Amino acid sequence: MTTDHLSLFIMLSIKNLQARVEEKEILKGINLEVKAGEVHAIMGPNGSGKSTLASILAGRETYEVTGGSITFEGKDLLELSPEDRAREGVFLAFQYPVEIPGVSTINFLKTAVNAIREYRGEEAMDAVSFLKMMKEKTKVVEIDETLLKRSLNEGFSGGEKKRNEIFQMAMLEPKLAVLDETDSGLDIDALKIVANGVNKLRSKNNAVIVVTHYQRLLDYIVPDYVHVLYNGRIVKSGTKELALELEAKGYDWIKNENTAV
Amino acid sequence: MSDSNKILEELTQSDYKYGFVTNIENDSAPKGLSEDTVRFISAKKNEPEWLLEWRLKAFRHWLTMETPTWANVTFPAIDYQDIIYYSAPKQKISLSSLDEIDPELRATFEKLGISLDEQKRLSGVAVDAVIDSVSITTTFKGKLSELGIIFCSMSEAVHEHPELVKKHLGSVVPITDNYFTALNSAVFSDGSFCYIPKGVRCPMELSTYFRINAANTGQFERTLLIADEGSYVSYLEGCTAPMRDENQLHAAVVELIAMEKAEIKYSTVQNWYPGDKNGKGGIYNFVTKRAICAGDHAKISWTQVETGSSITWKYPSVILKGDYSIGEFYSVAVTNNMQQADTGTKMIHIGKNSRSRIVSKGISAGKSQNSYRGLVKVMPRAENARNFSQCDSLLMGDQCGAHTFPYIEVGNPSAIVEHEATTSKIGEDQVFYCNQRGIDTEKAVALIVNGYCKEVLNQLPMEFAVEAQKLLAISLEGSVG
Repeated sequence: MTTDHLSLFIMLSIKNLQARVEEKEILKGINLEVKAGEVHAIMGPNGSGKSTLASILAGRETYEVTGGSITFEGKDLLELSPEDRAREGVFLAFQYPVEIPGVSTINFLKTAVNAIREYRGEEAMDAVSFLKMMKEKTKVVEIDETLLKRSLNEGFSGGEKKRNEIFQMAMLEPKLAVLDETDSGLDIDALKIVANGVNKLRSKNNAVIVVTHYQRLLDYIVPDYVHVLYNGRIVKSGTKELALELEAKGYDWIKNENTAV
Repeated sequence: MSDSNKILEELTQSDYKYGFVTNIENDSAPKGLSEDTVRFISAKKNEPEWLLEWRLKAFRHWLTMETPTWANVTFPAIDYQDIIYYSAPKQKISLSSLDEIDPELRATFEKLGISLDEQKRLSGVAVDAVIDSVSITTTFKGKLSELGIIFCSMSEAVHEHPELVKKHLGSVVPITDNYFTALNSAVFSDGSFCYIPKGVRCPMELSTYFRINAANTGQFERTLLIADEGSYVSYLEGCTAPMRDENQLHAAVVELIAMEKAEIKYSTVQNWYPGDKNGKGGIYNFVTKRAICAGDHAKISWTQVETGSSITWKYPSVILKGDYSIGEFYSVAVTNNMQQADTGTKMIHIGKNSRSRIVSKGISAGKSQNSYRGLVKVMPRAENARNFSQCDSLLMGDQCGAHTFPYIEVGNPSAIVEHEATTSKIGEDQVFYCNQRGIDTEKAVALIVNGYCKEVLNQLPMEFAVEAQKLLAISLEGSVG
């Protein structure tokens, strides 16, 4: 098998990615490959660079990429604008979803769905098909329809916000979904519902990167691979057992191991 | 420079869509203002003696007045001798049918998206089209007159309904009210007149479309709308002008009168030419709009979407004279580039249990200055008066200004007056969130702004609301810094 042939199976390839905010170096050489159908978990203590990585994948300007590359389905992701990344199929479930007063989730998603369709050369979706699709997806993520008529995220509880993110993911059907600390601020019931939604959306054609501080989300979204990010580098990779080991030993285990080196 | 700033630079240069000039012959007064000008206009319109006297009284009073300087706007002194006060497109004196309208004029209105052909109109909106100083045509007149509704140009009303005009003209806005009303009263050329008889619910939207075309002219129109007891009318007003390097003056007066249990909804989408991005040219929009709830249980709502004009100076007000009367003011004022707006309302509570509501949404972008100025006054006999005011400002970029000047005078201890104000910025976070869902920055800004203005846009009649949404998007394209 040639490398070219092999690369067809690789959806996302991050090579030696380095990035900083102002003068502070945050990512110091990340390497990661994600294939279609896989779920990768990225864990690590606070300040290790997890959310930075998620933001860079989505194209946030606050971060300056100083080296390395990101290839998504053969395209140089770093060359694409944030909206084009989204249209190519990269989705970020935000850790802190913003409020947009006066704009309902329905209206917002209709605009998004049609912008993506336009990019792909497809016709705009009519109101009837859109509402039908919406009805189906509300069932997948168990979200109350009345919530979707309200201003986006305005006055939503933490759980409602996160559920709304997963609902948007369901509607936009991304190839690669990055969940940035989707479990933060959720009680166990909300966590289960959110995880359940993600699981229903998993398929052999899409991939998920779960960024989390805690192991508990991984009880519900079971990853194929677990990577531990520390001080801007992936210092350990393994299968789901690594997450359990980390839970048992705590992040000090990683910290001590790495300062010792 | 960040990407969003680049987009800002590119898009704030987007062109004003209505900046074209129509080539038609004009019949104009010579430049300048004197008693002779006033007499010239009055003679042109073949006016009765009482109206000429009224105009001259206004003119003489105007001579004793000075340009008001209290508003938060700056502009060079206006040379009133350098303005043409009367300009009318040349055409046949009386039109027996729409077919006789100059094809150029007809084309102009088609270009503006206004069809003068009644049968071509999808929804029932009767239009009075005013170009420069005269009304060109009024549609659906026949149908309206069956109900006793009078909807015609002001010139026509002076001749056909002198008793109504004489009784009400200047009754809400006295000629001496302010500098610009005195000027308007002296030289006003045309405008719309409307009377809804007792108990009649006007079955269609009435609309006046104002267009300034000729160069160096001022537009001074006068609108008078009377809703008799128990009647209802919804009235729309739209305005555009060609792009010119000189500033042009627009000093209109609008008077609304609602009798007992009558209701008037008055909506404006103001899109006069705003000047170029360096502040050259544009319309000075110095307008006095005032309404009176003359009877008990009367209701008047002003809704305005102000996106155009180089300077806007405008305070649509309601005098709540009747007991249980209601006054409302819903406003979106957008300023971009070098535009200046000082706009708001006055709610004067005289009647017992009168209520008023003010919702003002200011949006400033570029290097513009946007001020809300509002007065809520509760007179001593206005028992149980209620007011609620919400004044929000949205800033785009860091070179513009937003200001709020609320004045509250309460003369009755039973009154309840509430004022809420917020200032916010379109966050990069909000735009990025939209971007991440595939929505480009331009669309994201339009979406966010429309959401912000929703409460006001909801007040507009459907057809206008869509137009206003598009207009907001165009006025603000790329203004996120």
